[in-house]
Amino acid sequence: MGDQPIWITFIVTFVIMIVLLTSMAYTTWYERKVLARFQDRIGPTRTGPAGLLQPLADAVKLMGKEDLIPEAADRKVFYFAPMITFITAILAAAVIPWGGTIELFGQSVNLYPTDLNVGALFILATGSIGVYGIILGGWSSGNRYSLLGAIRSAAQVISYELILGFSLVGIFIITGTMSLKEIMFRQHETISFGPFEIANWFVLSQPLAFVLFVIAAVAETNRAPFDLPEAESELVAGFMTEYSAMRFALYFLGEYISMIIMSLFASTLFLGGTSGPGADTYWPLGIMWLVLKAIAFLFFYIWLRATLPRFRFDQLMGLAWKVLLPLAILNIALTAFFRLIGNGQVF
Amino acid sequence: MEFLGSNWIVVVFMVVATFIMGFAMAGISSVVGPSRPNKAKSAPYESGIPDIKPVRPQFTARFYVIGMLFVIFDLEAAFMYPWAVNFDVLGMGGFVHMMIFVSLLLLSYVYAWKKGALEWV
Repeated sequence: MGDQPIWITFIVTFVIMIVLLTSMAYTTWYERKVLARFQDRIGPTRTGPAGLLQPLADAVKLMGKEDLIPEAADRKVFYFAPMITFITAILAAAVIPWGGTIELFGQSVNLYPTDLNVGALFILATGSIGVYGIILGGWSSGNRYSLLGAIRSAAQVISYELILGFSLVGIFIITGTMSLKEIMFRQHETISFGPFEIANWFVLSQPLAFVLFVIAAVAETNRAPFDLPEAESELVAGFMTEYSAMRFALYFLGEYISMIIMSLFASTLFLGGTSGPGADTYWPLGIMWLVLKAIAFLFFYIWLRATLPRFRFDQLMGLAWKVLLPLAILNIALTAFFRLIGNGQVF
Repeated sequence: MEFLGSNWIVVVFMVVATFIMGFAMAGISSVVGPSRPNKAKSAPYESGIPDIKPVRPQFTARFYVIGMLFVIFDLEAAFMYPWAVNFDVLGMGGFVHMMIFVSLLLLSYVYAWKKGALEWV
């Protein structure tokens, strides 16, 4: 935690939460714009310059809608299920580091809400608790589509959570820590590669893990081509079918915030986080690099959605259990073996 | 090892703050938005046709198999994390132990595969 007073931590946390919610709104704008370009359209243009006020208009519209609760629904669970998804999605931001400790107005300020020694595990845990929001929401709606969507989603998320978890073990072996801050600063060091000094990003030493992580991250956030839980053509809107107004918006917020968190998480673990030219001298540059990496990652998400058709459910499960799981375990064994050789601990 | 140390206060703070935020947002919409429920509106959505019988949480047993497999492999992951973090300390011995553990699990994995537990019929 460093030596900063607790109120500064709270301010930093609050600012990060507000930034996250705002950036979530603009992620929807970004997605619509980029998707439109892929489809040879121009996207939203009417509300504000370049449609920049569109997310605000959407929020206002959603607030004015009727908050409908179906007769067959289990009211209490129906009320609270979206909150679980929303809270856990934001909660993951608690361990994402935006830099080290800086001096601001004569105070030392940590550019991260908290530095848990189980940071990476914490993000995985919030992801798994988020499934409760989906499955309780689907179950309590009293609707067939919702129930099917919820169960599919649960099966998908737990399967890909394994891959997500296993793909990180290689990094833990290399760094010997689960604290995201330490993992990130390890990547600020450089290694010599022939005549060049290159950054020690873990995507270089863990390329297979990175690929596995990206696939699992897309599936974990229920995004295309793995958006089976809300497959419109067969399940209407999946677990969200009976939700309306702001409760629907909470699910929506949760999904987009998870996307942003996953982008930040991937950037922190594999792409060096705030590492980049000038980042060690000026901390705003570090934040800029992290944001740029996350935006590139979000672009990749949208690119996938624009390009790939949806998987069939058996293909989805087959991919996770028959292809990715053996690969993930192979990656762990290989990483461990090379680490042993590197340490000179063989025989 | 601090469990409820100062690091976790921030997490509690975030839970409370997001809870208030979510509650406020859902609250605003139920205050501002109209509320005119009628019979047709609050019936379960069924693409326009009336719902015949109430929904029972009934689904294919495949999901249970996936659930059980998940518990097994998630436990494996839970054992792997502390091993991975202390990898340099444990060295060769730890590596051999972990490989024996993983190969035992892989054996059951191959068995499950051969039995068809991973096929989605």
